[in-house]
Amino acid sequence: MLIGQVLGSVVATQKDERLEALKLLVVRVHDHENNPTEQYVVAVDAVQAGHGDLVLFATGSSARQTELTEGKPCDAVIMAVVDSWDLDGKNVYEKWREGP
Amino acid sequence: MYLARVLGRVVATRKVPGLEGVALQWIQPLDEAGEASGKALVACAAVSSGPGDLVHFVDGREGALACPRPFVPVDAAIMGFVEEAVVRGKHIGRT
Repeated sequence: MLIGQVLGSVVATQKDERLEALKLLVVRVHDHENNPTEQYVVAVDAVQAGHGDLVLFATGSSARQTELTEGKPCDAVIMAVVDSWDLDGKNVYEKWREGP
Repeated sequence: MYLARVLGRVVATRKVPGLEGVALQWIQPLDEAGEASGKALVACAAVSSGPGDLVHFVDGREGALACPRPFVPVDAAIMGFVEEAVVRGKHIGRT
């Protein structure tokens, strides 16, 4: 899995009918030191993530292993909202510190 | 499967159903010399690993099979500790 920040949502009217009612979000990938990278993904939201949230997403066939995405043409799914992380005991990210 | 070093722990309260109680950890994949290779990623921990540990992990859909409930969207999982790896006579051990 990778961590990224939710930057926006995708509206697509014409799409595979199995993707109807799924929320698609644009996620900018961050590295382990919380620096944004130039990598972006569109992922299905399975956890009601909000704009600006740092989220964990899984890619590949694993992304189909949720009730929401099972059997659907989806290769990236947001599966958790990140509260915090540390590296070697040193705090890198803390959600409450980011503010609304 | 690949060698990796555990970098740190990730806390996430809101997760998809089935991942409750599953630990998430940043890991840095290593090459055959024990040096960092490629980008760090987050993996589920099937063992009680922690920062600094040398571990092996599996990526892809198989990662989900290491979790308590296998129908979860997991694409990387730490499978176990590596006490020592020997590559061409060179030892890669714990720090």
